[in-house]
Amino acid sequence: MGSITLDGVRKTFGSVNVIPNVNLEIDDGSFVVFVGPSGCGKSTLLRLIAGLEDISDGRILIDGRDVTNVPPAKRGLSMVFQSYALYPHMSVRGNIGFGLKMAGLPKAEIDRKVEGAASILNLTPYLDRKPRELSGGQRQRVAIGRAIVREPEGFLFDEPLSNLDAALRVNMRLEIAKLQKDLATTAVYVTHDQVEAMTMADKIVVLNAGNVEQYGTPLELYERPANLFVAGFIGSPRMNFIGGRIASAHGAATIGIRPEHLRVAREEGGQGEGWSGVISVAEHLGSDTFLYVDAGEAGTLTARVIGELGLNEGGRVTLKPDPAHIHRFDQTGKAIRP
Amino acid sequence: MSTRQTRVLGRVLTAPSVGLLFVWMIVPLAMTIYFSTLRYNLLNPGTEDFIGLENYVYFLTDPAFLASLRNTLVLVGSVLLITVVLGTGVALLIDQPIFGRNIVRLLVIAPFFVMPTVSALVWKNLLMHPVSGLFAWIATSLGLRPIDWFAEMPLFSIILIVSWQWLPFASLILLTALQSLDEEQKEAAEMDGAKAFSTFFYITLPHLARPITVVILIETIFLLTVFAEIFVTTGGGPGLQTTNIAFLIYSQALIQYDVGGASAGGLVAVVLANIVAMFLVRMVGKNLET
Amino acid sequence: MARRTTTTHAVVSTGAAWLVGLIIFFPILWMILASFKTELEAFATPPSFLFFEWTTENYGIVQERSDYMHHAMNSLTIAGGSVLIAMLFAIPAAYAMAFAPTERTRGTLLWMLSTKMMPPVGVLVPIYLVFRDLGLLDTRTGLIIVLCLGNLPIVIWMLFTYFKEIPKDILEAARMDGATILKELAFVLTPMAVPGIASTLLLNFILAWNEAFWTLNLSTSNAAPLTVFIASYSSPEGLFWAKLSAASTLAIAPILILGWFSQKQLVRGLTFGAVK
Ligand SMILES: Nc1ncnc2c1ncn2[C@@H]1O[C@H](COP(=O)(O)OP(=O)(O)OP(=O)(O)O)[C@@H](O)[C@H]1O
Ligand SMILES: [Mg+2]
Repeated sequence: MGSITLDGVRKTFGSVNVIPNVNLEIDDGSFVVFVGPSGCGKSTLLRLIAGLEDISDGRILIDGRDVTNVPPAKRGLSMVFQSYALYPHMSVRGNIGFGLKMAGLPKAEIDRKVEGAASILNLTPYLDRKPRELSGGQRQRVAIGRAIVREPEGFLFDEPLSNLDAALRVNMRLEIAKLQKDLATTAVYVTHDQVEAMTMADKIVVLNAGNVEQYGTPLELYERPANLFVAGFIGSPRMNFIGGRIASAHGAATIGIRPEHLRVAREEGGQGEGWSGVISVAEHLGSDTFLYVDAGEAGTLTARVIGELGLNEGGRVTLKPDPAHIHRFDQTGKAIRP
Repeated sequence: MSTRQTRVLGRVLTAPSVGLLFVWMIVPLAMTIYFSTLRYNLLNPGTEDFIGLENYVYFLTDPAFLASLRNTLVLVGSVLLITVVLGTGVALLIDQPIFGRNIVRLLVIAPFFVMPTVSALVWKNLLMHPVSGLFAWIATSLGLRPIDWFAEMPLFSIILIVSWQWLPFASLILLTALQSLDEEQKEAAEMDGAKAFSTFFYITLPHLARPITVVILIETIFLLTVFAEIFVTTGGGPGLQTTNIAFLIYSQALIQYDVGGASAGGLVAVVLANIVAMFLVRMVGKNLET
Repeated sequence: MARRTTTTHAVVSTGAAWLVGLIIFFPILWMILASFKTELEAFATPPSFLFFEWTTENYGIVQERSDYMHHAMNSLTIAGGSVLIAMLFAIPAAYAMAFAPTERTRGTLLWMLSTKMMPPVGVLVPIYLVFRDLGLLDTRTGLIIVLCLGNLPIVIWMLFTYFKEIPKDILEAARMDGATILKELAFVLTPMAVPGIASTLLLNFILAWNEAFWTLNLSTSNAAPLTVFIASYSSPEGLFWAKLSAASTLAIAPILILGWFSQKQLVRGLTFGAVK
């Protein structure tokens, strides 16, 4: 019903090649998240799908239909903007119903659908308010209401939660994910928040300078990053990278170990590989402790310890990697898999 | 938000305005250029000959041109000086913590909204009349000889009226600029031990440099073509004492019906204005983001 | 003003500011007073300030004997008509330049600005001749055309700066919602831009109302707006001061009031965004 295919999509602004060449297959009903550093082209790619920008080359198919030259409204997609982009002079009812009104639906049907959407989103008491009389979270809901009421083939979200405070964000994150599952509508979601990406996505697209670095499920990305960029980008705290002699010993140019895959031992030596060093900083979060350890040849390593171990700055520890979770990368940064 | 569609649409929507303004600018200008090369007087119709640059030679060497050029420059220069200096003063004053600032603002801005013919006539008759004007009465009360403004210092009288009309503009713009001057900057200067005067010279004045330039440029554009004030008070006289270039061209065209000469003069005016306009356009362009 | 201010400082500057304000306003005040005097009193020395026989007969006479209403209607038609027509052209243009800019937009805007810089005397002769040949001299249509074109650059500029402040997202949302361009303009942009459009209307109405080059040169009686009507008082010396004052007061009062409302926009409209 709502699969989206990008086929050799390229976008240049003037002489700047923002999206060099993207091929992507988004399955019907799936929740796909675009992540990547700021300026990597996430919004641009989303706007290309929406039809708010022309692609310079390639094709976009929705549900098998070539929509490359179809205007935004006719693509059957709806979009939730980072700024919400509510119409300030219209009531909540007017905002949600605007798309239906433009489509020429009869008034009674518009009312029915608007009220339906409003009740899903708990907006019924606010239907006659103006956007400026709503809280941030309520505005966000109105923006979502505007998107769902048209029963589109796909939702596009551009960092919809970035203007909300932390607690509200978690709530809305859950609500959006649930809503999407209930409606079974394809969704493309842009964010630079990893947690959002990992928790909401069926599949994640990691973008870097307009290129797709990896496309896969959250666990695939976490467990089998395709290259150094993805390895470093996904996961928090960041994966440790070690080069030089230590990496060569593993037959790689660089090896990577996530902080949670380093076992912390107080004693020196012991079995297996290990790097000892001095704790330079210890961050106590209560549930976890992050240790930053100066480990000589291995460089500064981050280790994550569950709970409190009573370790502090200046203490000597040995970090032992879990051999099953050592990632190996070649000269070009590509992962070496057995 | 740019797709081929929106770009095409953008052209379609701008085209009417661009077209109109283009015609409005180019057609008359081309006609002016054409007429300026003809011997063409409406009183002797049918005798139009091509005479090359003769009109220009005639216009530029005419003593009336030199006189009116001088008058124009004196008028523009004096009004600029008066309005910028007084305008800065007025703006600084209103920017103080005063009671009823909004009302004072209204009083100061009012002359800008008075149509030029009204202000000229009110000044001429009610204030500057040598017998019954208010100024004459003040002078007599002080035991002085009343001045016959338009006979004794005609150009200055015009300058006075025009300055009164443009003082609000300068004041208002400089006030707006002053209000955008960061209060913290002034406080920092004060903390650094700057006295009121040094704050003015090192902080306020540099901040005003740009708006003052804007005031000068925009006023110049309008002042170069002051017309109504002269038209209803002195009619350019006595002699040529208050004839500026705009009025000279007007009288050549619509009093002497010398189309060729007036056109040559018109082009001279265009060139003069363009020199100023170039600076203004460049300045506006600098902080224009599209 | 958060800075420490002494009471003396406040009192002195308040006094000075009011004095300056009153001096600047005085000619207008004096004119209004004169409009309530008899002709004799208006001309009398020493002048009387407040203690004179107040009369409104000048206003009556101005209404009855001269065609005041006729000229006022002309002013209204010409100023109003020229601004409304300019709006019709300017709204789409400003919309396009603000929301669908191309590489050429900047140049176009600056070029439009430069047409406003052209001195009217430079084109007086051809305009006069064309108007004569087309029978547009001393017609309201003619003046509407000229003033409309003369103000068009300012109108476009002002609207452009207002439209620039409307977030693009909202228009894109409307586009996603399936609004056509006309509907987008009618249902989304225009309602949001009402304050900006209103100030643009107001300021340009004022400018057109007070315009005194083209009106003086292209109209004499039939189409003559108030600027020209007032100018006709310039010949008879001294005799009609009170009536001149009454007519002038009527001519500037509405504009003064409108102007006071639009003073904030004035800066923006007249400096083309160069001063904020
Ligand atoms: N209209 C435009 N003209 C020129 N360059 C543009 C335009 N829009 C975006 N770019 C450039 O394209 C690149 C990608 O921009 P984009 O907005 O897609 O980044 P993003 O990944 O969404 O970043 P962020 O996380 O900060 O929102 C940036 O370098 C940006 O400067
Ligand atoms: Mg973005």
